[in-house]
Amino acid sequence: MSDVIATNQTILVVGGGISGVTAAIEAAECGKQVILVEKNPSLGGRVSQLYKYFPKLCFPSCGMEINLRRAKANRNLNILTMTEVSAVSGESGNYSVTLKTSPRYVNENCTACGECEKAVEAEFDSEYDYGMKKRKGAYLPFNMSYPQRYVLDPKMIGTPDADKAREACKYDAIDLDMQESETTLTVGAIIWATGWQPYDADKIQPYGHDRFDNVVSSVEFERMLDPFGPTGGKIVRPSDGKEAKDVAFIQCAGSRDHNHLRHCSRICCMATLKQTTYLREKFGDDFKASVYYIDIRAIDRIDDFYQKVQADENVTFVKSKVASITEDKETGNPILHGVNTEGYQRYSNPHDLVVLAVGMEPSVAKDSFPIDVKINDNGFIEADEANGGIFAAGCSSDALDVNRAVQSATASALRAIQVVNRVAGTEG
Amino acid sequence: MADEIKVGAYICKGCGLGERLDCGQLATIAEREGKANLVREHEFLCNAEGVAMIQNDIDNEGVNKVMIAACSRRSKTEAFNFENVAITRANLREGVIWVRPDTDEARETTEEMAADYVRMGCAEIKYMTLPHSNAEAASNNSLLVAGGGIVGMTAAIEAAAAGYPVTIVEKSSQLGGSAAFEYKRVPEHMPYADPEDTGVAEMIARIEGDSKITVHLNSTITKTSGAPGRFSADISTESGSTTTENFGAIIMASGARNYDASQLPELGYGKTPDVVDQAGLEKLAMEANGGPIKRPSDGKEIENIVFVQCAGQRSTKEGHLPYCSGHCCLTSIKQAMYFKDQNPKIDTNIIYSDLRTPGAGGEDFYRSGQKKGITFTKGSVSEVTVGANGPEVKFSDLILAQEVNEKADLVVLATGQVPNSGVDIDLPVTAADEDIDLDNLVPEVKVESILNLTYRQGPDLPHLKYGFNDSHFICFPYETRRTGIYSAGPVRRPMDMAQAKEDATGAALKAIQALENARLGRAAHPRSGDLSFPSFRKEGCTQCKRCTVECPFGAIDEDKERYPQFNESRCRRCGTCMGACPVRVISFENYSVETVGQQLKAVDIPDEFDEKPRILVLACENDAYPALDMAAQNGNTYSAFTRVVPVRCLGSVNTIWITDALNSGYDGIILMGCQKGENYQCHFVKGSEIAHVRMSKIDDTLQSLSLEAERVATYEVAITDIERAPQLINDMAETVERVGMSPFKF
Repeated sequence: MSDVIATNQTILVVGGGISGVTAAIEAAECGKQVILVEKNPSLGGRVSQLYKYFPKLCFPSCGMEINLRRAKANRNLNILTMTEVSAVSGESGNYSVTLKTSPRYVNENCTACGECEKAVEAEFDSEYDYGMKKRKGAYLPFNMSYPQRYVLDPKMIGTPDADKAREACKYDAIDLDMQESETTLTVGAIIWATGWQPYDADKIQPYGHDRFDNVVSSVEFERMLDPFGPTGGKIVRPSDGKEAKDVAFIQCAGSRDHNHLRHCSRICCMATLKQTTYLREKFGDDFKASVYYIDIRAIDRIDDFYQKVQADENVTFVKSKVASITEDKETGNPILHGVNTEGYQRYSNPHDLVVLAVGMEPSVAKDSFPIDVKINDNGFIEADEANGGIFAAGCSSDALDVNRAVQSATASALRAIQVVNRVAGTEG
Repeated sequence: MADEIKVGAYICKGCGLGERLDCGQLATIAEREGKANLVREHEFLCNAEGVAMIQNDIDNEGVNKVMIAACSRRSKTEAFNFENVAITRANLREGVIWVRPDTDEARETTEEMAADYVRMGCAEIKYMTLPHSNAEAASNNSLLVAGGGIVGMTAAIEAAAAGYPVTIVEKSSQLGGSAAFEYKRVPEHMPYADPEDTGVAEMIARIEGDSKITVHLNSTITKTSGAPGRFSADISTESGSTTTENFGAIIMASGARNYDASQLPELGYGKTPDVVDQAGLEKLAMEANGGPIKRPSDGKEIENIVFVQCAGQRSTKEGHLPYCSGHCCLTSIKQAMYFKDQNPKIDTNIIYSDLRTPGAGGEDFYRSGQKKGITFTKGSVSEVTVGANGPEVKFSDLILAQEVNEKADLVVLATGQVPNSGVDIDLPVTAADEDIDLDNLVPEVKVESILNLTYRQGPDLPHLKYGFNDSHFICFPYETRRTGIYSAGPVRRPMDMAQAKEDATGAALKAIQALENARLGRAAHPRSGDLSFPSFRKEGCTQCKRCTVECPFGAIDEDKERYPQFNESRCRRCGTCMGACPVRVISFENYSVETVGQQLKAVDIPDEFDEKPRILVLACENDAYPALDMAAQNGNTYSAFTRVVPVRCLGSVNTIWITDALNSGYDGIILMGCQKGENYQCHFVKGSEIAHVRMSKIDDTLQSLSLEAERVATYEVAITDIERAPQLINDMAETVERVGMSPFKF
């Protein structure tokens, strides 16, 4: 890896999801020097795990292709994957940042030819597929991974499989002695774009995500639609592999809830509406979707998407916070219990599959930021002058949809440029 | 720059290419047929040594055109990123060996495939020139902001803080826009519990104290011409004086106006002064200035108040707004707090269908409203009548399932926002026809243009849905169809104040980026950094105007002699003009009718009796080409008779390529572009659509050649069509087998 050069006119972007990638590219295309660090082996973040975007039902990989092309073509942008920020000190215009890079065990000689993957036998849970699928110990995280370079699972190192991988590589790309490394850089401004993680559905005990096979989270459901995903693009029940044609969606699963996330995660309503269209896409008229909700938050002009789904006779909306789920042992059907608040009727409704529309939780826990920044009670970074030259982008600033996350990222790029331009001005 | 063309062709033997293909033979082809001046093979071209070898040839052998026969142009881009030379690829890995089975019988056709790609690469590179940067490049670095509301002020403050001079043009006599008429704003900081000061005065003070910001009040923009880096704008005052100034980029922050509530007589508006819209309530609150708010009709202190959400919004009724305005739920909560914070005993009831208070701040504020005792009723209001003691609200309570008649001292209608987006340039121009019924002539509402662009394609930004100047893309909210002009705030999309400020800051970044791009003659997204731009041969031009009409970005005007006038910094380098030109006088230095045409000609077309057809695929580089790459990566195979040429956009496909290909014996032709229509995915807006239209007319050509119509097919292909894209190719191979070989082989 070439040596990274940075000065107090450099912008550091932390996180290589769509917000971080956007912030980095937008700043670099203004002529600024940018370093983008990503913890995972590939850029892409959460959006790379989505099948389609609402409300256009277009594919996230389409925008990712454009962004990657912009990134590859830009000489101002330096991308470091498998890298985390371990320490930050200093002040606006002059931060000292320590970066820790984990070993990939594959160097830049890799051509992504795939021979190492064929050679190894060990399999591990695929992070990309939320553990719903296995991947090899030598792997390319997904089709559009960038850098397009293999990774060896650290758990495989020291086993005979690792040697097999090395022997299979004709390009000296596998280096089993690679070690964790640390470097300290000076940067002028930092854009914090570490994004979100799905709220742990197991914590919502009455819904039994940890007990019932046919209760899945919305992000897991999304993976089912990927033709290269765990079910090969089929909507099926985890318990028996049967097609799931009667699906219940539970909104605010872990959001707007004192016991879990207090905030509204904003995207879940639209995501569920979108997911009902997946059922129509796969099963034509032969499906049933039931959406259990508090408020449908299809905010602003995309409300028309809600209107379109409401017009679908196969989709029913039930205003209710579901109290609990039990399982019909014989059929494996989850049964939803609660009260429909429109008219106060009790219900016990069986469905083939339940999708929990889980909330967005900030990826970095409140107390584990490497430098003091102002964080609100929900764990998001507040816009505050006390944060100096550190600016939040995307879902580290609030629960945002993709469009708003990119908007926020673009704004954060300007805020960072203000800092480095000030430095440039004073330094001449 | 050296005038002498020196092509270096580099054949990689890595990734199995050496084992699967006769690379020595490919080198010979590059030399003898491709006429490369220098040909080298390498075991592993993308490693440091291979790259150094090429760099050495550039530095010491005078190589100025590099043809790399290796993996796809999408792979190893960083390794093969040489400066100051033209580069192309022959895609032997994803395009050949990965899509062909490794069998003895496949070997010959696979080899022929590779040989053709080497020929094509050599042919293309010969006609490609390294783009010079734009001769027109201009570098004005100041910004023009249309509108002095919260959005315009934020854009100005943020851009100025980055060092760029800004001029605000505001129609009214003061800065602040609608926010200046609000008592307080929804909180933007934790604990998100109480309404806070609007911050307008503070912003105005900051602008007045900032030497980089100039403000023109009582002024409008009466003319805008030019392009990024060299816009010229006439700024005219009410009194009629005009000054002309130059700008690098423009932010359109013309905001939104309140929906005309008098269109809602069923909700009592206009029947009594005690039914107001949200702006009306702000006015009352400002007048009360912290004291008790009194009702307009008789000055009685208000004891109970009802808010009707979604008034005339989210409705398909004639005259209503079909969309949600995004801010009104939060605004009503804020307004209810004006009362509750004053006197907790005042009844405040918000009747809503879906309460929309997203995010962390939104939900905290909602909770604070609940704590303060605001009543939230899920209901549907049918009517507001005027009773003896004030308005009465008739609604269905959806929770208690009953009809309710609630009396109130004041009713607030949460009506929506209507964007001030100027002239809808896509509306058909009203023809001066003679059938006008003069007696029933409805006075035409004249929409005033915001920007008064002198562009051939109209005076304002194109509208998207519902009159907003939004971007069409989820991933690219600042995508604009007029390069260098960015809309921000509620004119772009319905939004609340906090989001509008964020939006203004983002738009300011994009505007700054646009002028920085213009300075270097660089393209903006999606072909970021491309230095090429269209040029045309005036002698050949017939002034047919297709290029000026079809350019999706309004980049081309007409000069005084009616020739097209290319404004390079408005151009996005999609090549739609090149595809449109019937006389083929438009070209880019690195992409032209020749660079593709010569590739088609370079393909070896075997004799009809060889039973080796040739299928030409023109694939959009944004979606279809990556889909084919990923198909290869996943081991999908397709016909060995296929020759794929990436194009910038289907819009750049000139029908001469199709005609020439048919005439020279290709048996089938497939065009793969992005989704068109309302939910278009084409990154150049209309390119794919235009191509579909052009190709629908190719039947005449086929007929005149007595060729079957199914030999040419145009498809919408998504980047995820990893299975489908190869299938479309194989389908064409079957079609060719069925209808037979083309008789046009020479």
